Amino acid sequence: MEKAATGAILNPVEDRFVSDDALAPAFFEWLCRMGDSALVLGHRVSEWCGHAPALEEDIAMANTALDLIGHTQMWLGLAGEVEDKGRDADALAYLRDALQFRNLLLCELPNGDMGVTIMRQFLFDARHYALLMRLTGSVSPRVAEIAAKAVKEASYHLERSSDLVVRLGDGTDESQRRMQAALGQLWPYVDEMFVADAVDEAVAKAGIAPDPSDLKAEWEETVRSVLAEAMLDMPGPAGFAQTGGVIGRHTEHLGYILAEMQFLQRAYPGARW
Amino acid sequence: MSRKEWPLWEVFIRGQHGLNHRHVGSLHASDAEMAIHHARDVYTRRKEGVSIWVVKSNDITASSPSEKGPLFDPAESKAYRHPTFFDIPDEVGHM
Repeated sequence: MEKAATGAILNPVEDRFVSDDALAPAFFEWLCRMGDSALVLGHRVSEWCGHAPALEEDIAMANTALDLIGHTQMWLGLAGEVEDKGRDADALAYLRDALQFRNLLLCELPNGDMGVTIMRQFLFDARHYALLMRLTGSVSPRVAEIAAKAVKEASYHLERSSDLVVRLGDGTDESQRRMQAALGQLWPYVDEMFVADAVDEAVAKAGIAPDPSDLKAEWEETVRSVLAEAMLDMPGPAGFAQTGGVIGRHTEHLGYILAEMQFLQRAYPGARW
Repeated sequence: MSRKEWPLWEVFIRGQHGLNHRHVGSLHASDAEMAIHHARDVYTRRKEGVSIWVVKSNDITASSPSEKGPLFDPAESKAYRHPTFFDIPDEVGHM
């Protein structure tokens, strides 16, 4: 679903958390995590535009990318308000460098083949949906409002990626081999979605968001049942979890994404069209 | 490498409650459920519908263009089949 061009919310509802100075640093960080994961994954998915193996998949992935960029506008827009230093969603998206990005590492991994792209989407969607569902009950009315809008799209994303995992996993020998390989390749990155740090604890304590570790059981149940239907083996606990994205320690891939995504605003500051 | 194409599906969308489903086009999909998803993504991006039907193109039996004469021409000269010979009282209003 397409978004209004600005993504700005007219007549925002009253929300005391937005102007809570004590909470602001953690709230801002957390909003950047929400916005950046959606932005970076949205950009990755958009890379398939014009290249997907079937026209129908091409359009479906472009829709997903647009949904995620729409979420980004809302999360980073609110982040800018909370930060209160005059930065809007565009400034945050286009004018921060890799060290200031707060996305999950999973979201910045290269697309690989369709197996990797679909599996990455599924692993993300299962957590995204569980998280947004909880956020619709946030004590922050602005967060609840954004989540209520986003969860409808995330629900469809999860349905679509689950169906594709099942069809490709329980498909041909070739597609099953690729899906199992994708799962193994991405598995070390899933734990980062459920690790809580001081930022998460602060927003959880305020009642704004759930503790990420509380989402794991629901995520595991979704993943276990879909993988079983897809005839794919669920890996055991990852021996070593790749983490650090949400505090700005990224893989080498993020810089290339930003170079492409931010080029225009860097080369022609303030350019509009 | 041989490339297997997904089967073709015809897509019907109901624009709003009370209207009929209308044929809007066709697409490729691996099965019915995916065809619904694809139809949602391809044909309802601008909120065009409230309901989607898909049917395999192969399952549609169509009349043959060469039979057009025998099938349709005989109706041409039967003007009495049009309900235009009734006087409708003004009180009935628009029908």
